[in-house]
Amino acid sequence: MAEKYIARSSAIAARMLGGEMMVMSTTDSTFFTLNEVATVIWQAADGRTPLSEIVANKICQEFDVDQECAQRGADRFVDELSRHGIVLVSEHPLINSSTLLESR
Amino acid sequence: MTTATAAELASEAVPIEIGGMTIALRTHDPSFRQQIAGRYAGFLGNMRFAHLEFDVDLYEPSEPPPTDNGLKVKFKEGGWQLQRGDFRARWNPNIRRGYIRQANNPYACDSLLRIVHTLILAKQGGFLVHAASAIRGGKAFIFSGVSGAGKTTISRLAPPDTTLLTDEISYVRREGDQYLAFGTPFAGELAKVGENRSAPIGGFFLLEKGLENSIEPVNPAEGIQRLLRNILFFADDPALVELVFQSACDFAGSVPIQRLVFFPDQRVWDLVR
Repeated sequence: MAEKYIARSSAIAARMLGGEMMVMSTTDSTFFTLNEVATVIWQAADGRTPLSEIVANKICQEFDVDQECAQRGADRFVDELSRHGIVLVSEHPLINSSTLLESR
Repeated sequence: MTTATAAELASEAVPIEIGGMTIALRTHDPSFRQQIAGRYAGFLGNMRFAHLEFDVDLYEPSEPPPTDNGLKVKFKEGGWQLQRGDFRARWNPNIRRGYIRQANNPYACDSLLRIVHTLILAKQGGFLVHAASAIRGGKAFIFSGVSGAGKTTISRLAPPDTTLLTDEISYVRREGDQYLAFGTPFAGELAKVGENRSAPIGGFFLLEKGLENSIEPVNPAEGIQRLLRNILFFADDPALVELVFQSACDFAGSVPIQRLVFFPDQRVWDLVR
């Protein structure tokens, strides 16, 4: 299965408040609240780190979950956010990802 | 060729102060000036403090209106462009001057003023929101909800020691570390213009009708999402959408957002202090 690289879109606004990460698309105003696991993936979405590595090194380490289960959840999460343009997904590193990431 | 003096120009302007910000509408038509001066009687300001001035050009109803009835607000060529069936407007924020061509009725003014205030407020951490608001005990309380949620009802039930700021569109401005609510002339079903006063905001309530009165906590995400749904915003502009989102988050971090379940009688106001 091909590797996934994910990067946060620049067309979003995000804020951590009350322990929850809130994300809104600035193009269609879709609003998401991310849980703890999703927040970790979101924060690690730098366009250069493979999703599998984020799952192995961050999700499995921090949340005591097996890799297969965590990978399925991460894939679903990334698919949903990508449908709304919240994250960009590629089979290759997103070289210009620094321009895609918001500054916050 | 004649040139109007500053005094003559000033005499043709009607300065309307809402939320502490004065927007002047200048027109050669004395009857229209009289009309809008009456419409905004409690909100007339001083030309010396005008934040923005619009020259207003009127057209009679016999003139065909623009074909596009949908509201369009966009930033283009250094200025805001506003367009609806009954008006077109341009406004350059740098020189604080603008031009409006509108149908000869006062209703377009309400819409234009609301749009202009939302655009200015967005850059200042404030917003207009679909909500009733009132001052009680030196604090302002905001009651937000969609049509039918009870904005007019709760305004109608307000006891005599409250000052109604609006039953329809509340005005929120950030000043330093606090948020203030201001009265607006934008009335809803109550058809009563709010008082031109302001106070620090003591609470923001999401209205919900029920069988008894209670105040319930709302988690930050729901509070922000509900607040965002009710904030007036017109421009199709991602940068401004982000500003509004950040403003809503800042507001929610500073002002308690709670759910006010209420049975429609005066006892609900016992909870609002």
